[in-house]
Amino acid sequence: MTVDDVVKTLNLKVFCGEEGLSRQVENGYTSDLLSDVMGHADAGSIWITLQSHINIMAVASLKELAGIVLVKGNKPDEDTIRQSNIEGMPILGTDLEAFEITGRLYQLIRSA
Amino acid sequence: MRTYRADLHIHSVLSPCADLEMSPRNIVALAKSKGLDIIAVTDHNSTLHGPVVRKLAEPHGIKVLFGSEVTTREEAHCLCLFETEVQRLAFQQFIEINLPDVYNDPDRFGYQVEVNEEDEIIQQVDKLLISALNAGINEVEATVHRLGGLFIPAHVDRPMFSLISQLGFIPPTLKFDALEIFRITDPADFMQKNKYLQNPALIKNSDAHYPQQLGTVFTNYLIHEPTLDEMAKAFKQEGGRKVVL
Repeated sequence: MTVDDVVKTLNLKVFCGEEGLSRQVENGYTSDLLSDVMGHADAGSIWITLQSHINIMAVASLKELAGIVLVKGNKPDEDTIRQSNIEGMPILGTDLEAFEITGRLYQLIRSA
Repeated sequence: MRTYRADLHIHSVLSPCADLEMSPRNIVALAKSKGLDIIAVTDHNSTLHGPVVRKLAEPHGIKVLFGSEVTTREEAHCLCLFETEVQRLAFQQFIEINLPDVYNDPDRFGYQVEVNEEDEIIQQVDKLLISALNAGINEVEATVHRLGGLFIPAHVDRPMFSLISQLGFIPPTLKFDALEIFRITDPADFMQKNKYLQNPALIKNSDAHYPQQLGTVFTNYLIHEPTLDEMAKAFKQEGGRKVVL
């Protein structure tokens, strides 16, 4: 399953980093502590968070994540968008809360 | 130049998590007994106790900076320090605009009381002061600097409510004046773990919530006079001024 498949199935908004929509999605991780994500997220995961600071880009790249989903209608900061486009790391969005979108992503990945 | 001993991170009774013994009068008495030359009362998301502490400290020759320990939208705690009442009022307004409409439950979080110089309660602050502001760290930094203050991320290496816990690492583009490291952290060890930082000014403060903590951790400043401006120069090591941990 690719990030693009996830976008279409879960009806996510694509903010930036479109080049990375073909990345493979292996897993998911939900956390708002970047230190925790750095320590525990697996490569190929979609990361669900409400943080929009530019540091999310560095963490996602470092951990080779598949993409980032911002919850509750949060939007990436301007410098975050710029970095996302440079690195081709997709930043996606949903109006749903982390609990809801995590449940849907879990079902999608586990049933694939 | 001479050395000034400073503890710039002290909570008063206004912070819900601070001891009720942390009144302005007690804070000044403790600062005096600990030999502090400069202090800042930095309550969570409030600068309200600055003026009364300054008034009480003045006769003892203790310099009081105004300020607050702000919780940014990312839930990173940052010390925001100011010199003048005009700056303080402007920053207080910024905080109040950005503080969410969540109200304190004193039984759960503790009392948030503003007191006068006689330790008499003037008011209980209704809004919960430990909420995160609706302002990101970059916006808080820009506001502090626009007003001419100092922006110092607090206890940056603590496992909670710190820049590193919330954002993974110190953002390379963040314009801080100094970094406050946790009171038990060895500065050399901190620099070893954060090699990407370019010669940042490191300071330590007590983060006192209880009387016995105040002044137990401090930083020395080799400066001409105890002003915010001189401390800013010490952070940049201008003209021989410096910070000694």
